[in-house]
Amino acid sequence: MNKFRKILSGDSYIVPLVAIVLGFLVGAVVMLIGGYDPIAAYSALFKRVFGSAYDFGEAIREMTPLMLTGLSVAFAFRSGMFNIGADGQVLIGMTVASVIGIKLAGMPSFLLVPLAIIGAALGGGLWAGIAGYLKAKRGINEVITTIMLNWIALYFANYIVRNFLLIPGQNRSEDIPASMSMTFLNSLFDNARLHWGTIIALLAAVFFYVYLWKTKQGYEMRAVGLNPHAAEYAGMNVGRNVMKAMFIAGVFAGLAGAGEVLGVFHYQSVFAASPGYGFDGIAVALLGLTHPFGVILAAILYGMLTYGSAGMSFNADVPPELIRIVIGSIIFFIAAQGIVRFVLKPFYFKRKKEKVL
Amino acid sequence: MDLTTLGQMLNTTLVFSTALIFASLGGIFSERSGVVNIGIEGLMTFGAFAAAVGGYYAEDAGLGAWAPWIGVLCAMAVGVIGALIHAVASITFKADQTISGTVINFLAAGSTLYMVKLLFEGAGESPLINGFDKYAIPGLSKIPVIGPGLFNNYPTTYLAIILVIVVYLVLFKTPFGLRLRAVGEHPSAADTLGVKVNRMRYIGVMLSGLLAGIGGATITLTTTGTFAHNTISGQGFIAIAAMIFGKWNPLGAFGAAVFFGFSQAIRNYVQLFGWSQNIPQEFIYMIPYVLTIIVLVSAVGRSSAPKALGQPYDPSKR
Repeated sequence: MNKFRKILSGDSYIVPLVAIVLGFLVGAVVMLIGGYDPIAAYSALFKRVFGSAYDFGEAIREMTPLMLTGLSVAFAFRSGMFNIGADGQVLIGMTVASVIGIKLAGMPSFLLVPLAIIGAALGGGLWAGIAGYLKAKRGINEVITTIMLNWIALYFANYIVRNFLLIPGQNRSEDIPASMSMTFLNSLFDNARLHWGTIIALLAAVFFYVYLWKTKQGYEMRAVGLNPHAAEYAGMNVGRNVMKAMFIAGVFAGLAGAGEVLGVFHYQSVFAASPGYGFDGIAVALLGLTHPFGVILAAILYGMLTYGSAGMSFNADVPPELIRIVIGSIIFFIAAQGIVRFVLKPFYFKRKKEKVL
Repeated sequence: MDLTTLGQMLNTTLVFSTALIFASLGGIFSERSGVVNIGIEGLMTFGAFAAAVGGYYAEDAGLGAWAPWIGVLCAMAVGVIGALIHAVASITFKADQTISGTVINFLAAGSTLYMVKLLFEGAGESPLINGFDKYAIPGLSKIPVIGPGLFNNYPTTYLAIILVIVVYLVLFKTPFGLRLRAVGEHPSAADTLGVKVNRMRYIGVMLSGLLAGIGGATITLTTTGTFAHNTISGQGFIAIAAMIFGKWNPLGAFGAAVFFGFSQAIRNYVQLFGWSQNIPQEFIYMIPYVLTIIVLVSAVGRSSAPKALGQPYDPSKR
């Protein structure tokens, strides 16, 4: 039994892989029950992602905010907090980037673009910092505050866009001249809206890894995340770490917002409802086992599935919501690893017997 | 402001509070047994969906005024099934409870819309159904202000208020309640005394699915009349806030739910006041959420969650 455990923990990638396969199987069963053809649906999904250079580029574009919001949720998680507020932090990032991009449009773009990006990052960070501050100083559960801050961010962003940035008669801001587009790649991908946010997201993952596992501050943060009481006893300032962790988480989400307005849309809309980036970020963080490199892989998977789900609905008539069931099941199997181990058990025992022979 | 408006405001407050009361009572059952239930939002979504579908087919079958009740029954059943997924993952397979609750939210959002499209030929919304009618309690409803405010309400609102008292009595005055709280506070001690920890937790989580399901149902059957992707948009999380705000006590949660209901209702009335004309509508929409944070900051101290909340029970570590 011990050896069996050792094999599984040694191959830590096996559980997620099996979970992914099981998730697709659940999706297939649900499709069969609904009277759809799962093979046609899944092949339509992959054809949509890999079918053309444009679609492939757009799929990468779709993955980018997922990487950053996933990192945001994962970073907070590592420090012992559940950040449901990435959505609001993205919105604040968008709004700050739009305001800087439009109001300071006269500035040379090599100054304007970095300024807008930094502004968005700080905006997201400070917005999340409110929840961190309330948790650290008042002991108020961050789940509640981040949810409330999501709603406040939604209306605040709409207020700013409607009153200061609007094209009269339309429900969106003026065009933003500042741009994060990677023009040299856009032509290569048939005008897919690729932007620097993708590179920033990958750098953010590296920062996440180095900061948390290679620095003293990161060590403190993880200690606080694992056991705040023990960390406090060891002389660490729990409150300051909580605030810092939320700030950094918010910075990641704010960067996602900058990428969306400066790299993809080049304007900001008035949102009728929450755009849902944070919701996806939670899924990506959990899929990626809250490890930065896992989050990148998870964002790639998640982005592929959501982008491809549109193809699934055009060509196989399957409602695209099905993909949520697939993703939900994958997270379920990763979380409840006992089930995956249970499924794997016969294979492992078989292998062992062969070795004996 | 005249008295009629005051009565109406009271009434709207209760309409908005009802779903929150059910769902937060559900949350209390789960969390008092030691299982975090962030999936209330998803369980409400399941309930709202089942109520719309069940109500629609019951109406179709000619059940008339009974149709909404069939909807509620369907919501209870589907809520329990949804909660069972959470229970199996987090209790039997010791998954992280926050994660498995999030899974419920995910599965609910995806599967309900998938099924709506399947059942109603690709439409993103269920057909409009007749929900509950308000029922005026004879005599009492004639009292000025309070009458139209409190005693002319949907049957679900009366049910919710009765349940607050029932849940309070069950939790604090019955052996079952004692055991449920014991497995949430100190599972190994409860185990030593012969309480089946995991069985109690299953019951707690499934009761939360049942109640959150009814909570979701009240939204389709009293406010929206239909199920769409935005029927449940954050009410589950607000119910969790009400539970925490009310310190895991049914009476406290009731108070918090009414407060949240009031701050949602105030949005519909604040425009009636002269002084509010100059306030941008976005700031008025923010009121409930800003109020929540302000109240949490000023009124509530450190939270008093059940001690074993979030920890899977492992008898070998006793």
